[in-house]
Amino acid sequence: MVAVIGYGFTRISEHWDKSLRELACESIQAALMNANMEKPEALFVGNMSGATVSGQQHLGALIADWCGFSGIEAYAIEAADASGAAAFRSAFLAVASGFIDTAIVCGVEQMTDVLPDYMTFATSLGSDYDYEVSCGITQTSLFALIARMYMQEFGAMREDLGMFAINSHRNAVANPFAIYRKEINIDTLLKSPMACDPLSVFDCSPVCDGSASVVLCSEKALNTQRAVRVIGSSVATDTMMIATRKDPLHLQSANDSAKRAYAMAKKKPEDIGLFELFDAYTILAAMQLEACGFANRGEGYLLARNNEIGIRGKIPICTMGGLKARGNPIGATGVYQIAEVAQQLLGEAGKNQVTCTTGMAQSIGGPGSTAVTHILEAV
Amino acid sequence: MEISRNWRLRHQRYRLLASKCACGTIHFPPRTICHACGKKSMKQFNLSGIGKILSFAPVTSAPLGFEDYIPYFVALIRLDEGVLIEAQLADCDNPETGMRVEMVTRKWREQGERGMIVYGYKFRPLLVKS
Repeated sequence: MVAVIGYGFTRISEHWDKSLRELACESIQAALMNANMEKPEALFVGNMSGATVSGQQHLGALIADWCGFSGIEAYAIEAADASGAAAFRSAFLAVASGFIDTAIVCGVEQMTDVLPDYMTFATSLGSDYDYEVSCGITQTSLFALIARMYMQEFGAMREDLGMFAINSHRNAVANPFAIYRKEINIDTLLKSPMACDPLSVFDCSPVCDGSASVVLCSEKALNTQRAVRVIGSSVATDTMMIATRKDPLHLQSANDSAKRAYAMAKKKPEDIGLFELFDAYTILAAMQLEACGFANRGEGYLLARNNEIGIRGKIPICTMGGLKARGNPIGATGVYQIAEVAQQLLGEAGKNQVTCTTGMAQSIGGPGSTAVTHILEAV
Repeated sequence: MEISRNWRLRHQRYRLLASKCACGTIHFPPRTICHACGKKSMKQFNLSGIGKILSFAPVTSAPLGFEDYIPYFVALIRLDEGVLIEAQLADCDNPETGMRVEMVTRKWREQGERGMIVYGYKFRPLLVKS
């Protein structure tokens, strides 16, 4: 049995006054205090852009050193946008293996040290460099290509996809760590400039800075009642490019990863009380709901249109604001998602509390080339 | 500068070199291991470069190195051989899904005054031969 016994966040923002190591340290200290622990046996860092944006790798040793943990096992895990969730997976495997009893996962990203053109470049490196990045295809344009096809094929309107953004913004209002704590309506979205037609800037999550950490421990080391269990954990991959997929409108990685996590947890989609999905783009939310069994193919957007994704809805998603409004500090985001599921299951989500015992988080790397799914259960 | 990296990809970029597996699956870019059947019985050939637009999107926020080229369209194209390719469009201000297009060799980017000029495939509306 592997338990989550603490979590910590920095506020997500444009942290011009803080470095990568300072952001990491802040969330690690918060998570350790939350878990009532002084020092973990191992540190797993989730980060995508340290090398390109900060010119810094070797983040395990750097952050361990800066937190005063020198001596412990530490290294970074990279799986593009899903880096934080992949780092959690590694920590889970380490604790489940019995070789490590206490571990901390720290997702961290400091993106705003560079100008927008470099940021677009850095965030596109989860795509294929030789066949996408080098000919000017950006990550956002890939999702715009998918969105146009999806809307034409299934009859979804911009207003439908926009409901995902509206839900995330509504849920972020009560989250003190969110970057945008303001509700929006459909007019705001429809009148906003295009990021990449048909996706407006309000269909896309903001790239920003932040760090989240989660503390895991084995059954042996568990000395508190305040814990949630990790009952499902899975990573799956798909082709790097959407052009090499049989069906570019289906997220096979998300489907495979969710199916394996359900099997491990002995759960079905209808057992999941809340789903922290990866709304980096509104279109991605619709496709994930389909891939994970909450809607049929081409019908994910109907859950948003029919208002079934809210806190009191059939399947609450992005309950603390999602990537759209809580914010998307790339490599840190997966850890925010899992920490928010733990926060919910511990009954600590305040105004956004969902009453349930089982929650799921899924992170997507690149245009669906990696999917990481975790299912957590209240003890 | 990436000179050798660009040179290495010249056959894919200038003549759409692809591979066809004994199982019938076509791959662009060409591969040595088939992702459909797992075998390694590949033959290389050049794609026709003619197909139709499945989807398109305008890039207005340029990634590094493409500042001088925005706005431009990228598209997902189904070539007549059945394989999909992601590429930029050329000579086309009003793309539509279903539009017939053909491959042309165009400049992708310049790497500064002393750097390389990188060429590769783009797709333009199919010219009707008179």
